[in-house]
Amino acid sequence: MTALDPSTTPGSSAPGGLVKSVVELDRVVIRLAGDSGDGMQLTGNRFTSETASFGNDLSTLPNFPAEIRAPTGTLPGVSSFQLHFADHDIMTPGDAPDVLVAMNPAALRANLADLPGGGLVIADSDEFTPRNLAKVGYATNPLEDGSLDGWQVVAVPLTSMTLEALKDSGLGKKEAERSKNMFTLGLLSWMYHRPTEGTVRFLERQFRRKPEIAAANIAAFRAGYNYGETTEAFAVSYEIKPAPMAPGRYRNISGNQALALGLVAAGQRSGLPVFLGAYPITPASDILHELSRHKSFGVRTFQAEDEIAGIGAALGASFGGALGITTTSGPGVSLKSETIGLAVMTELPLVIVDVQRGGPSTGLPTKTEQSDLLQAMFGRNGEAPLPVIAPRSPGDCFDAALEASRIALKYRTPVMLLSDGYLANGAEPWAIPAADELPDLRVDFATEPNGAAADGTPEFLPYLRDPETLSRPWAIPGTAGMQHRIGGLEKADKSGNISYDPANHDLMTRLRQAKVDGIAADIPPTDVDDPDGDARVAVIGWGSTYGPIGAAVRRIRRSGRKVAQIHLRHISPFPADLGDVLRRYDRVVCPEMNLGQLSLLLRAKYLVDVQSHTQVRGLPFRAAELAAVVQDVIDSTPGGQK
Amino acid sequence: MTTSPHVHELGMPGSPIDARIQQAIADSVATQGEKQTALKAKDMKTDQEVRWCPGCGDYVILNAVQSFLPSLGIAREDMVIVSGIGCSSRFPYYMNTYGMHSIHGRAPAIATGLAASRPDLSVWVVTGDGDALSIGGNHLIHALRRNVNMTILLFNNRIYGLTKGQYSPTSEVGKVTKSTPMGSLDHPFNPVSLAIGADATFVGRAMDSDRKGLTEVLRQAAEHEGTALVEIYQNCNIFNDGAFDLLKDSSTGPMWTIPLVHGQPLVFGPDGASCVVRDESGGLRIAETNQVDAGEIVVHDATREDPSYAFALSRLSSQDLRYTPMGVFRSVRKPTYDRMMADQLADARTEGAGDLDTLLAGSDTWTVSA
Repeated sequence: MTALDPSTTPGSSAPGGLVKSVVELDRVVIRLAGDSGDGMQLTGNRFTSETASFGNDLSTLPNFPAEIRAPTGTLPGVSSFQLHFADHDIMTPGDAPDVLVAMNPAALRANLADLPGGGLVIADSDEFTPRNLAKVGYATNPLEDGSLDGWQVVAVPLTSMTLEALKDSGLGKKEAERSKNMFTLGLLSWMYHRPTEGTVRFLERQFRRKPEIAAANIAAFRAGYNYGETTEAFAVSYEIKPAPMAPGRYRNISGNQALALGLVAAGQRSGLPVFLGAYPITPASDILHELSRHKSFGVRTFQAEDEIAGIGAALGASFGGALGITTTSGPGVSLKSETIGLAVMTELPLVIVDVQRGGPSTGLPTKTEQSDLLQAMFGRNGEAPLPVIAPRSPGDCFDAALEASRIALKYRTPVMLLSDGYLANGAEPWAIPAADELPDLRVDFATEPNGAAADGTPEFLPYLRDPETLSRPWAIPGTAGMQHRIGGLEKADKSGNISYDPANHDLMTRLRQAKVDGIAADIPPTDVDDPDGDARVAVIGWGSTYGPIGAAVRRIRRSGRKVAQIHLRHISPFPADLGDVLRRYDRVVCPEMNLGQLSLLLRAKYLVDVQSHTQVRGLPFRAAELAAVVQDVIDSTPGGQK
Repeated sequence: MTTSPHVHELGMPGSPIDARIQQAIADSVATQGEKQTALKAKDMKTDQEVRWCPGCGDYVILNAVQSFLPSLGIAREDMVIVSGIGCSSRFPYYMNTYGMHSIHGRAPAIATGLAASRPDLSVWVVTGDGDALSIGGNHLIHALRRNVNMTILLFNNRIYGLTKGQYSPTSEVGKVTKSTPMGSLDHPFNPVSLAIGADATFVGRAMDSDRKGLTEVLRQAAEHEGTALVEIYQNCNIFNDGAFDLLKDSSTGPMWTIPLVHGQPLVFGPDGASCVVRDESGGLRIAETNQVDAGEIVVHDATREDPSYAFALSRLSSQDLRYTPMGVFRSVRKPTYDRMMADQLADARTEGAGDLDTLLAGSDTWTVSA
């Protein structure tokens, strides 16, 4: 399906008598690309907000370099933002753009290969100077030399028109030029019939201390919009009707925002103070930023001296009765491993958020990957089991944060929550939940002795477990008569005293494992989407591949084939029925953005011949590619293609 | 919420603690009675067998701390002792308070999270020279600069005991140990200098065997609001026996020890023969008392805002402990991290506690009607 496949509707009349036609589309993928200093992320976010408030379904993919400001106009400095919006429910930011906005030659060069033939290029012709062209190896100007003949190209002097629009603003040339992203946003807003009030309000709010900058940006934004309406360069504008969505109140939300709000909500719903200990790290820092703004909810945020101190402080706060949280990415998890082990041993609640990025080592800080799964599962010394949970979409990060907190508090255990760069920075519409309908996370503190000494005096046994959950009592400092000592040395069953007894260590090791395994009885059964229940092939995924797998599954079903989609939220422990579910299918395909980590776990645990399909390009899967892979499997499965 | 009369002097006056926590404490008091604050040394002991080597300096310190803590009038339940790894870090098991024997070097970080979220508690860190200055050096300096309300007891025996005798970051250059058969090469830290360099608001030093001196420094440290660091010289009779004999021996001790008494001139040695004066380069130096005017002798002032004086004091001593000041080097008042954190939370709530529905909705919403 090509988005620019016009089904023209009657033309509309623009001011000046220019007749413009309106074309209705069911979906569009736009990619905005420019220098990292051009404000592409901001422009993309604003366009997203306009689109969200218009009522389209949407999905976004920001893609930016790790360098804050790579040399201007170079390929490493290119930053892009892709937005897919539609009049129906969509699952991914789109495999390829229909429209590429290139703010300079570098942006064109870096992104053109992704734009299918016939796609639209909107380029800022002012930036295609000999100097800028030379920087990225263009011998001649591609806007003029015919090399773009396979695409539709609209060259627009965005910079000079912005300057013209702001000539009376009192701003210097350099400052005025910075509004060209807003001019561009204005033009796109016209092209796609986006509501503009939200952006004007946003700019007024954003620059309320610099009214002249706010005014200039608003003027540039309006100039861009008016330019679209009056120019002959764009004869067509596009309409994408709102998508049917379940009734309710919606907002646009990114994964990191949703995750942070989920943690605030967990504090409110458990009645416990939230304590975040964190060290800045891409792509997790926005969770720290977001939580630090919510002190009115009793949220304490502590920017620690390092990753280890971040988790250490969080664990200390948990000992004191807080919901302790630490947020990081893979390299930070490596540093926190020893403290995670301490949390396993001391059996205190702790939520560890790993917003995964490309690894190993520093890897690809701003790109997405799912390669920390085995680290989350096993990356500690000793037998140190813990629950692992993964959200499937930006909005789902909210629910996953609540679920991670629920398990941490109820079972007094560290819980690993595996988000990733794609979920963290991507955004989608989110149905706003009612606070009082969120899960109740209240747990009890221990306030009186639970045992008796040999002479009958009541005493507190910090490792006497709840027979159902196997969790130990949580007695916080300050509680009368409950003084006790915990730590990293092996604990004697019940009393919690230091014990080197062989039988006790064997028992405690098995108890810690049994506690985590037992959570399987407290989570929903496997989520299987198999509409007719007779597919022979299943695709299983976890985390952020949900969207691309889902989109691929839809394509496959449209082709008349049958396929089941299984998506895991709980990876440790797996849902109790997962083995049975997997055995129902002749073939199971597992796409992952790593080299087959979930496959390894599934094969080891269930002895099912899971077929791994992997990719580590720092980007989400393309739905079309995934669909092709799975279709091949279906077509080679006897009876697969019904 | 608590009956400890002195908690407010040590913790934060009127500090709000979260409702659920307050409720749990109230519930426990309802079933088990008020927390006792009239305690004796024996009330601080646990039923756990103390497992340090016979003759270890840690026993002396443990006894001194157990005898001293009741005088603070704080309930055992309101005290938490957090330790790292090493011989000294077994300390919490022997104290009938709340405690956590954590992991190597991280006790200051763990205690920071606890103290920052529970300003009603009296939080203590017990650590050693390897734990605090080697693997945990980063956490120590940051805890000190932040000034979280807690007291850090750094047992310095100038050796790694638990791993059986390697040199430590406070061992003197040339130390022959199992890992340095030809002598250690690295220059040692002076923990007091390090702490003052990190802008610590309270820094003191005491000797394990000097019960009176140790107790006095501990008392001042406990009363200090903010992070207090007390370096305690502690003899490891197995791997570094006699490390502090120069200062302990009655024949040499007075000659090389500079007692720090706030408001008193820095005169020491047999018959007060030695004193501390300013030197030409801006630091301090040792002089013979009868060679200088009385007015030149420095009068000890631990409350100087500028840490350079306390730092200069700490630099008087050599690696082999000659001219070692003992007592409180520095004690200045600065806002504590936990208080400021609580103030920010209170400020954020001036217009009421946050409303979750409002937060979840954010500023841009749209409604899809049925």
